[in-house]
Amino acid sequence: MSGIRVLVGTRKGAFVLRSDGKRGRWDVAGPFFGGWEMYHLKGSPADPNRIYASQGTSWFGQLIQRSDDGGTTWEPVGNEFRYDGVTGTHLWYDGTPHPWDFARVWHLEPSRTDPDTVYAGVEDAGLFRTTDGGKSWHELPGLRTHESASSWQPGAGGLCLHTIIPVDAKRMFIAISSAGAFRTDDGGTTWRPINRGLRSEQIPNPTAEVGHCVHRIAMHASRPNVLFMQKHWDVMRSDDAGATWTEVSGNLPSDFGFPIDVHAHEPETIYVVPIKSDSEHYPPEGKLRVYRSRSGGNEWEPLTKGLPQQDCYVNILRDAMSVDALEPCGVYFGTTGGQVYASADAGDSWAPIVRDLPAVLSVEVQTLP
Amino acid sequence: MIRVVLPAHLRKLARVDGEVQVDVEGAVTQRSVLDALEARYPMLRGTIRDHVTQRRRAFVRFFACQEDLSNEAPDAPLPEAVARGTEPFLVVGAMAGG
Repeated sequence: MSGIRVLVGTRKGAFVLRSDGKRGRWDVAGPFFGGWEMYHLKGSPADPNRIYASQGTSWFGQLIQRSDDGGTTWEPVGNEFRYDGVTGTHLWYDGTPHPWDFARVWHLEPSRTDPDTVYAGVEDAGLFRTTDGGKSWHELPGLRTHESASSWQPGAGGLCLHTIIPVDAKRMFIAISSAGAFRTDDGGTTWRPINRGLRSEQIPNPTAEVGHCVHRIAMHASRPNVLFMQKHWDVMRSDDAGATWTEVSGNLPSDFGFPIDVHAHEPETIYVVPIKSDSEHYPPEGKLRVYRSRSGGNEWEPLTKGLPQQDCYVNILRDAMSVDALEPCGVYFGTTGGQVYASADAGDSWAPIVRDLPAVLSVEVQTLP
Repeated sequence: MIRVVLPAHLRKLARVDGEVQVDVEGAVTQRSVLDALEARYPMLRGTIRDHVTQRRRAFVRFFACQEDLSNEAPDAPLPEAVARGTEPFLVVGAMAGG
């Protein structure tokens, strides 16, 4: 029978949640790396027992951990993220030039075909890659040295590269807060901004080519030209690999939010969690509602069964939602209140797997054979 | 033999209990002690000093003989008691929690 492994990163450690294919009873293991911020854990599609984890604290900096046995045991691997060549400057919060300075790894994206190859999105925004299982990391500097990079400015969370979507050996999408989305068609050598159609009232030119605070992008593997975006405000979609975007916020109660994800088997079914506003980081009306669109946006339905519908003031961060590949599709998300909710019926009903973890930073799901 | 006391998180990372001991050839300084420490426990690289600048991380402190040596020059000699091994060199996580 298939199994599910949910990898949860929190402010104070990592947790591994396991269930069989019924997804009814869960085993909770952890905390691993107790006391450390675990920004992201993700397993290799090519070898599910190979898992990479981003571990850090303000005290002791960045570490990368690797497991070769599905998250039971871990070994630290390389943690040197050195920008390639002259680092240059981006804009600081006050508008002055600020030297590029590595802070942390926000997101790890293992290759679909090679368990030793992983991309890392870091703050200050840069893209790194290992091809030796994490022993060494090398920057793909073409992104950070893009002609617009000196104008990039951090969002409240820092100048972070948080979304990495490899499509094939040549094409990849990434997103940076708050520079926007970028695409390479030559394996990471050169990049172009793909933000046409985005509108952000928080920047001087609301339709500028760069400067948008993209929170998350999702893509279904069967339709690599179709992208869905949760922006600072607005839910967007692109049907031309990011060349142009249109708003699909439709009837959402708020189009502010962080995560967005796509159903494993229905590429037009997407999920968001509306958040009240950019300063009120909690659900509107104190009701935790996942919204599902079966039409790729515009028409949304609230999913509430099993979720708190009063006095709920948690947030759901950008990397804290994921789906499994079972039938029906499972959907999972974690909250800053420490709950990890799971739905084994594509969002129709929900139940908490755990309720009282530290604030959840990331949720990734592995569907095991 | 130089005695080094690591904070709990770094002891766990290095998989050691209690003090660790390292050999230092030549002058006993912050730099030479940390070089020896990182050579013996490579997983500690980047956790005490920044990989690129080699500067002490902001929330790490160095104490010895009840003195705060955090802001001493990396190549300044450590106290004689540390060099003799009668006192440990303490790597401390600063009070920056919450």
